[in-house]
Amino acid sequence: MDTSQYLEIFIDETKEHLQNLNEQLLVLEKEPDNADTINEIFRAAHSLKGMAGTMGYKRMQRLTHDTENVFSEIRNGKMKVSADLIDTLFQSLDALEGYLENIQQTADEGTDDHEPIIKQLNDILANGTGAAPAAPVTPAAEPKKEAAAEDNKKGRKYKNIKLEEHEISAMKEAYKKNMSVYGMTVYVQESCILKAARAFLVFKALEEVGEIIVSEPSVQDIEDEKFNFDFSLYLITEANEEKVKKVVTSVSEIEDVVLEKVENVEAFSGDREEKTEEKVEVKEEKPAQAAAQAAPAKQAAPAKQTAKPVVNRTVRVDIEKLDALMNQVSELIIAKNSLVSISSTENSESTLQGLHEQIEYLERITTNLHESVMKVRMVPIESVVSRFPRMIRDISKKLDKKMELYMTGEDTELDRTVIDEIGDPLMHLLRNSADHGLESKDVRIQRGKEEVGSIFLNAYQEGNNVIIEVGDDGNGIDIESVRAKGIERGIITPEQAETMTDKDVIGLLFMPSFSMAKKVSDLSGRGVGLDVVKSKIESLGGDVEVKTKLEEGTTFIIRLPLTLAIIQALMVELGEEKYAISLSAIQTIEDISVSDIKYVQSKEVIHIRGTVIPIIRLDKILDIEPREEEPENLTVVIIKKGDKLAGLVVDNLIGQQEIVIKSLGKYIDNSKIISGATILGDGEVALILDANVLI
Amino acid sequence: MEENKAGLEAVQYIVVKIGSEQYGIDIKYVDNIVRLQKITRVPKVQTYFKGVINLRGEIVPVMSLRLKMNQPESEYTNAARIIILKLEPQAAIGLIVDEVKEVVTLEDNEIEKVVYNAKDENAGFITGIGKHEGELISLLDLNAVIGERENA
Repeated sequence: MDTSQYLEIFIDETKEHLQNLNEQLLVLEKEPDNADTINEIFRAAHSLKGMAGTMGYKRMQRLTHDTENVFSEIRNGKMKVSADLIDTLFQSLDALEGYLENIQQTADEGTDDHEPIIKQLNDILANGTGAAPAAPVTPAAEPKKEAAAEDNKKGRKYKNIKLEEHEISAMKEAYKKNMSVYGMTVYVQESCILKAARAFLVFKALEEVGEIIVSEPSVQDIEDEKFNFDFSLYLITEANEEKVKKVVTSVSEIEDVVLEKVENVEAFSGDREEKTEEKVEVKEEKPAQAAAQAAPAKQAAPAKQTAKPVVNRTVRVDIEKLDALMNQVSELIIAKNSLVSISSTENSESTLQGLHEQIEYLERITTNLHESVMKVRMVPIESVVSRFPRMIRDISKKLDKKMELYMTGEDTELDRTVIDEIGDPLMHLLRNSADHGLESKDVRIQRGKEEVGSIFLNAYQEGNNVIIEVGDDGNGIDIESVRAKGIERGIITPEQAETMTDKDVIGLLFMPSFSMAKKVSDLSGRGVGLDVVKSKIESLGGDVEVKTKLEEGTTFIIRLPLTLAIIQALMVELGEEKYAISLSAIQTIEDISVSDIKYVQSKEVIHIRGTVIPIIRLDKILDIEPREEEPENLTVVIIKKGDKLAGLVVDNLIGQQEIVIKSLGKYIDNSKIISGATILGDGEVALILDANVLI
Repeated sequence: MEENKAGLEAVQYIVVKIGSEQYGIDIKYVDNIVRLQKITRVPKVQTYFKGVINLRGEIVPVMSLRLKMNQPESEYTNAARIIILKLEPQAAIGLIVDEVKEVVTLEDNEIEKVVYNAKDENAGFITGIGKHEGELISLLDLNAVIGERENA
C-alpha cells in the first residue's frame, strides 16, 4: 500500500484549504464575531488535519491539530479573537504552506517542527481559556477507550477470522517466547475518504510493534478498498494492550478499536479450528504476503525522499470544455472520412469542388479545435491573485501604513503557462505600490487624501490580450528626481537627460539595479525589482507600461497575450528567406516610394499621416544579402509596441497564416530578434521575428 | 562519459570523418542520423551554428563540427550526414559531419586518455584516443562540443 497515488489530490486539496483559511482569516480579522466564518475556518482546519494525518505527515498534522484547537475554542465562544491571535494563526498557515512546499518537492514534509508556533498557539489557548492545554490528545482518547470497553461485546468481529494451522502454531510459538497475541477489530470513521490509506497506516504502525499474522479482509483487499469501515486482525507482539491500542488510535480518523488479548491459545484456536477446518485451505501465505507487502513499502519510503518530480502539473478542466473538444474531434473524423470518399470517386469535375468544400470544412474544424484546446489550457487569474489580500495585510502591518487592496476581474482567464509565471511580477508591483507608492499617513492627510491608501489590481481581456493593471493612489513617480538619479548613477549624461521625454525617463526605472528607494528595506529598494518584472513579462510575450501622476498615483499596465503556442502571423519574404511577424504587433502595411524616405539624425524615417516612423532595414539586421538594385517602391510593415512605431522593410508579403510556435532550443544563442520558429505547410522552417525587440 | 567508462568495459562509438580525421561519438547519445537537408539559416547566432532543420515536426539546431573545431568549411558531399544527439530529453542538437563510417566497439584498454593541453584549443573537445584496427579515432567529449557557448 502506497499513499503516493493520493499525493496529487492531497496537495491540491491542501492548497485549497490553506487558501480558504487565509481568506477566511482575513474576514475574521475584520469581523471577529462572524460565526459563519469561524465555522468555515474550523471545518477547513479540521479537514486539513485529517488529510495530513492520512498521508502520514505527522508534523503537519500536529501543527494543524493545535491550530484546530484554537479555532475550536473560538467557536465555542470560550475565546476572543485578538490581533495577536490572528498573527499567530497566519504564521501557522505560513508554516503549513512551508510543509506543503516540501511535500510537493520531495514527497516529504521536511524536518522543521515549528515549535515556537506550536508553543505560541498553546500559550494562547492557555491564556484564552484559563485551562491548561497540556496533551490535548489524551482527553480525546480517554472516552474512546471507555466506549471501546462498552462496545466490546458487539464489536469482536475478529473472532470470525478463520485461523489456519500454521497461524495457530505461530501463536503458540509466540506464547512460548512470552509474547502476547491480540485479536482486534479496527473501526474507521464513516466520513473517512481514504479508508484504505488509514488501514495501511494502522498496519504500518502495528508492524512496528509486532507482527500481524492474519487479517480479515486480506491485505490485498484492504489495499484495494474492498472493505467496509472495519477490519480485523491478529497481532503477535511484546507490547502490552495499552500500547497496542495507543498505536492504533494514534492514526487519525480511526473511530474505534476493539482489542482483546488472546489468553488461551490452545482452547481458543481449537475452538476455531473445528468450525473452520474445511474452509481454511484457501488462506495460504497470508502473513508472508503481508510481510512482503510491508517490506517494500518501508523500503520505498526513503527512496521517495530523493526522487525529484513528485507531482505533475495538472489543470482542472470543466467537463463541458472536454465535451466540446470531443465533439470537434468527431467532426474531424467525419471530415477525414469525406476526404477519403472523395479521393476514391472517379469523376474529376465534381471531385475538385467537393474537395474544396471539404478543405474549408476542415479549416473550420481545426480553428474551433484550436480554440477549444486553448480554452482547456486557460485558468482564471484568481488562482494567482487570491493570495494577494493576505500579502497586503502583512505588508500593511510591517510598514505600519494603512492600506486596502481592491481587485476586479479575478475571473479573467489566461494560459496556464502564463499564470504560473505571472505571480512573482505582480507581487513585486504590489509591493512597490505599498512601499514606495503610498505615502505615509501624515503626508496623506496633509494632501487631503483618505488616510487608508488604496492599491488596486484590475484584470480584463482586450482583444487577443489580457491587461492587468496594478496601481495605487499614492505619491506617483517624481520624474525629475528619477532624471537626477539617472545622471547621478552615470546612466545618462546631463545633455541626454534634457532631451529625454518623461516616458523615456520612466523607462530608466526598468533598468537593472536602478533603485529609487532611499533606504533598503525588507520589501524593496535593492534595485532588483522592475527590471526583473519587465524581463519576465517580456519573456511571456507581453509588455509593461507605466502611467503616473505626481501626488496622485502610479499605475503599471501589463499586457499579456492570451495564448503562447499558436498565433496569427504575417509571413514575409526577405531574399530567399521567409519570416513570420506576429499579427498582433502589426499596425498597418504601407507601400512607400523610396523618395519618401527622409533623414532625421542620419536615420531613415517616413512621414505617414502625421506620424514620423523610423525605418528598420530588416535585411541589414538579419545579415541578408541586399538586393542588387533598390526598387522604387518599398513594402513596409508598420509594427507597434505600446505607442512606439517602427517600419520594417520587407521584400514581399506572403500572407496571413496561423502558425505554431516552436522553440529554437537552448543551444542557439541569438540576440533575441528571433523568438522562435515554425514549420510551414511544405515542411520548410520559417523563423519568427520578435517585433518587441526590433523596436 | 567519464562515469560511463568506469561502469562499462566496452563502449560503442560511431566513427565519423571530418576532413581526414576520424572522430568517435558515444552511441548512447545518438538519437538519429539523417541525410543533409535544407538548413534554415538563423541570423545573429554563434558562427558554428548553421541554422535549424525540421526533423519530423521538431525544430533542431544544427552545428558544423568543422567550424566548431576551427577547421575551414568545405562543400559537403553526398556522404555528409547530420547526427542528431540527445544529451538531455527535449533538447536535440544536430552535428554535421563529412561522412559516417561505421560503429566500433572499443575496450577500455584500447583507449588512451589525453592529457589536457591548454595550448591546443581543440584538445578540450576530446576525451581520449581510441585505437581500432591500426587506425586512430579521436573520441569526442560531447558535452564540451555542445556546451561551450562562448567559444564562437
